[in-house]
Formats: sequence, C-alpha cells, structure tokens
Amino acid sequence: MSGARSFIEKWRGLLGVGVASAVAYRGEFLVWILTTNLPLIMMALWTTVAAEGPVGRFGQRGFVAYFLGALLVRFLSGSWVVWQLTWDIREGGLGPRLLKPMHPFAYYAGENLAQIPLRLLVSVPLVLALVVGVGPAALGHDYRQWLLLPVLLLGAWLVLYTAMLVVASLALFVDSALAVWELWMAVGYVLSGYLMPFELLPAPLRRVAWWLPWRVTLALPLETLLGLCSVRESLAGLALQLVWVTVFGAAALALWRRGMRRFAAFGG
Amino acid sequence: MEIAVRALVKSYEVPVRGAGLSAALRALFHREYKTVTAVNGVSFDIAAGERVGFLGPNGAGKTTTLKCLAGLLSCTRGEVTVGGYNPSKRQEEFLKRVTLVAGQKQQLLWDLPPTDTFALNRAIYEVPAAQYRETLDALVALLKLDAVLHKPVRQLSLGERMKCELAAALLHRPKVLFLDEPTIGLDVVMQSAVRSFIKEYNEAHGATVILTSHAMDDVTALCPRVMVINRGEIVYDGSREALVERVRPGRTVKARLSAPAPAALVGALDRRGCLRAHEGATLTLEVARAELGEVLAAVLAEAAVEDLSIEEPPLDEVMAELFAKTEAP
Repeated sequence: MSGARSFIEKWRGLLGVGVASAVAYRGEFLVWILTTNLPLIMMALWTTVAAEGPVGRFGQRGFVAYFLGALLVRFLSGSWVVWQLTWDIREGGLGPRLLKPMHPFAYYAGENLAQIPLRLLVSVPLVLALVVGVGPAALGHDYRQWLLLPVLLLGAWLVLYTAMLVVASLALFVDSALAVWELWMAVGYVLSGYLMPFELLPAPLRRVAWWLPWRVTLALPLETLLGLCSVRESLAGLALQLVWVTVFGAAALALWRRGMRRFAAFGG
Repeated sequence: MEIAVRALVKSYEVPVRGAGLSAALRALFHREYKTVTAVNGVSFDIAAGERVGFLGPNGAGKTTTLKCLAGLLSCTRGEVTVGGYNPSKRQEEFLKRVTLVAGQKQQLLWDLPPTDTFALNRAIYEVPAAQYRETLDALVALLKLDAVLHKPVRQLSLGERMKCELAAALLHRPKVLFLDEPTIGLDVVMQSAVRSFIKEYNEAHGATVILTSHAMDDVTALCPRVMVINRGEIVYDGSREALVERVRPGRTVKARLSAPAPAALVGALDRRGCLRAHEGATLTLEVARAELGEVLAAVLAEAAVEDLSIEEPPLDEVMAELFAKTEAP
C-alpha cells in the first residue's frame, strides 16, 4: 500500500469509528451544548448595558451577533482531549493506546475531528439565528474572510488541542494537571473575548493579550466571521496561530517523551 | 531467538509517606521515595512458536516483565529484544508484530459494538481489506462471536468481552502474544474455549505465546515450558514436567477398593511413607516414580481394586510448594 493511500485508509477508518462514537455519546454532547450557556448569559448582560447606548462600536444587535458567534466558534473549535487524556493516564486506559502503531496524539485528534458532523449539525440553528435574527449585516462581507474562516477555525482548534496536550502531558508527572487547565480557562474567559468583546478590554491589557494564545482561539475567528477586523488582521492572527501551535506542539511532544520514560502503564 | 532478555532490571521510585497530619504537612515540603526493584537481573530466551508460562506469586515481577517485553515499560538496566526490536522504542513495525491481552484491561470501545473496535484496529494496523475479512471470519468462527458482533460492548458478558478482546488483539495477526491472565473471571467452559483458541492460533500461525496466569489449568493446558519468577528473580526455567518432577517427584495414586482397606495394607503403606489419605475404601497415595510398580503390586495383592488413577501432582500444589521453599529463610 502506498504511503498516501495507507494514510488516507488509516484516517478514514479512524474518523469512521470516531463518528460512530460521537453518535453513541450524543447524550453527553447534548448536555455539553445545553450547559455551554455562558455566552448567552453575557449576551443578556451586555445587551442590557447597551440599552442605554452603544458600548464602543457594539449596540444591542452587535452584542447579540457577537455572543451568538462566540457560541458558534466554541462549538466548532472546542476539544475535550485534556479530560480524555488525563483520565486515560490516571485510570490506565493509556496502556492499550500505547500498544497501537499510532501516536496517541493522532488518535485523540481523530476522535476529536470525528465530532465535526455533529458539531456542524448543532451549529445550523445558531447560523440561522445570526442570519435571520440579527440580519446579514451583522456578518462580514469580504469573501476573503469567508475563505479564511474555516482555516482560522481549524487553527483555533489546533491551538486549543495542542495546549490541552501540554497540560494533559503534565498528568504523567503530577496528579493535579487538570487544575492547570482550570487556570487556563479562567484566564481565557477574559483574554479570549468570551466574557466581553476583545476590543473592549482595557488598552494596556489588550496590547499584551493580542500576542497571547487565548485571543486566537476565539476572538480571532469570531471577529473574522463578523467582519470586525481587516483581512490583514485575520492573516496576522493566522500567523500567530501557527506560532502557538508550533510552540504548544513542540512542548507537548517534549513533555510526552519525558513523561513516557516515567510512565508505568496500568500499575507496575 | 524471537525473544532475548539479558540481565533485565526494572525498578521504580515509590513515594513513601507516614500516616497523619504532620506526615502530610512534611510531605508538602519534602517527599521521600524508596526504590522498589520489581525485576532483578532476569535473563532468558524464547524461540519463535514457543508457548511459555510465566508463573509467580502476586508482586513477583511477572506483569512488569511482560510490560517490558511489550514496550509499555522501559527497563532500568539490561537488554530486551523482541523479534529483533527494542520494545521500549515502540517502533511501528514492532507494535504490528506483538499484542498484549490483559484480562482486566480492555481495548474494546465500551459503548460501541465490537465490530467498531475491529474496524478501528484494521485501520490503525493497516490490515488489507481481504486479509481483514479472512482473519475476522476465522476468529468469529473459532470464538463463536456471531451473536455478539453487533451488540454494544457494555451489554456483553465478561466471557463474551474476553473473547472479543482476543479477536481485537489478533486481527493484525501478531507473531508474539503476551497474555496476562487471559482467563481471569471466566467460567470453566469459557476458560477451556479460550485455551483451545490460543493453542489453535499458536499452531496455525507459528506465533510465540507468553502467558501469565494464576489459573494453573491454563499453564497445564498450554505451556510445555514454564518460567517461575519470585521476588523479581527467575527461580526455574524449563519444562513443566521437569518442574513437577523436581518439586514433587511422586505421582498421586487414587485407589477405590471394593471393601474397606485392610488394616495391614494401610499400615504397610503408612510405614513406607506414601499414604496421604485413607477414608474407608478410598486410598490416596503419593509414590515416587521408581517405586510405583512395587506399591501398586502390594495394593493389588492385598485388596480388590474397583478404580485406580495415577496423576501428576496438580501444578498449583507444586507451585505452592516451590514458593514455600523459596520463601523459607
């Protein structure tokens, strides 16, 4: 079997089973969807504030579009690998995975990517709400940004996925790796644009946060979707995504290699 | 040699902490560790196609050795090669050559039918479609899996799951099988089915089988060669018969007589030191092989025998005796 064909066969099989798995766990998926309600709460809060007048360039409709878009980006680029991998490390599920001729990082990536059809399905109502409820004016109008959007969403997923791999790999050394992820999320709520539009952050904080990884996981694709940034800014964000994926990917692999030396698969 | 192990040592750093609040607070600032040596200088060779039983009490180092061979653990010192590969590097070709079945751990996807795990393994191991179909059909027939293929794994009985685990582990036709307690938790019928299957696979594919088990019936049925490990060291490596001969050189003779055993016969057997039990018309003797003819002749001369059996001592008794000897100060 040629290299390319073998690669395609391998991933087709992996994604096929991943889709079956995503369908089998649709209950958990639905719960995740229903409990991911923070953007809706923030939408209610900010639209109340905006009732008295626009905040920056956001009026009430602007906030509705922003937080519906935030939900959409989160659904499409979210990952659970930090919980899956730390669970497998602690409970012994990693042993069987290590015996497969496929790196566990690739295996989990396949499992994550296989959820895309289901994620697209739940995204349809959100897109409809954006287009019908808020109006097409709330979305970006530059076709180049529409072309960039899927790439930026993939980039956002990759930044998140590789950052999660770094944290999950820590579970090979310490018991409380998930606490580190809690910290990541706490900071990320503010710096990613999840609680408020990124551009409403105080200027000094915004200048620093522009370079940090959180913005490119949410605010970047979201601003591109809504046309809140220029094509040039989207491209600069894409470059930053690449930098963070490289940094986190290298760190995760280095930690993993060190951790594997210590790892005692399912008990000694 | 398919497997070559030289002076394998595997030790772990284990954190130690006393009980109580003060010990917990001390551990915050200074953690103490002690080194536990699970495997201590083990060496052996296993030829392709051999079936070897790896025996020892709990904590003896069997599973650790097996994990070092399978590539799940890297050794602290020493050398291990399996099929010419260093297992700890976990190269793709090596991983396609081996499989590990651990009775208590599973690779089956819990909420999906076994066929999904099989399909996943086909993709990951890059098994060509025709070979996959052929192997799967053979495994389904041998393990009688038709009825369970499309049920979610969570709904299967332990025995059904174990058979599916075996099928999933063998779909890529590995040349080396590491089996860690493969029959644990199974009923007698299922144990026997799994044993037969392992033997058939070994004979059909010339695969090397290394088995750890506390079920001595597994070892008796499957392994002409046994290695006994205790406290991380190999205390015996050779044929199963020779082990039995070395530890318990006698044979167990059970005789059921047509009438209660005559006192003179019982007295004579007792004086020879071979009487193990006597209850009415039933005698249980343990007799050295060299004296077997003589003792049987004496029994047959003194009493009418209705039924007679001559057996090797059970392997679990042999093992218990061997461990008692090696544990003795």
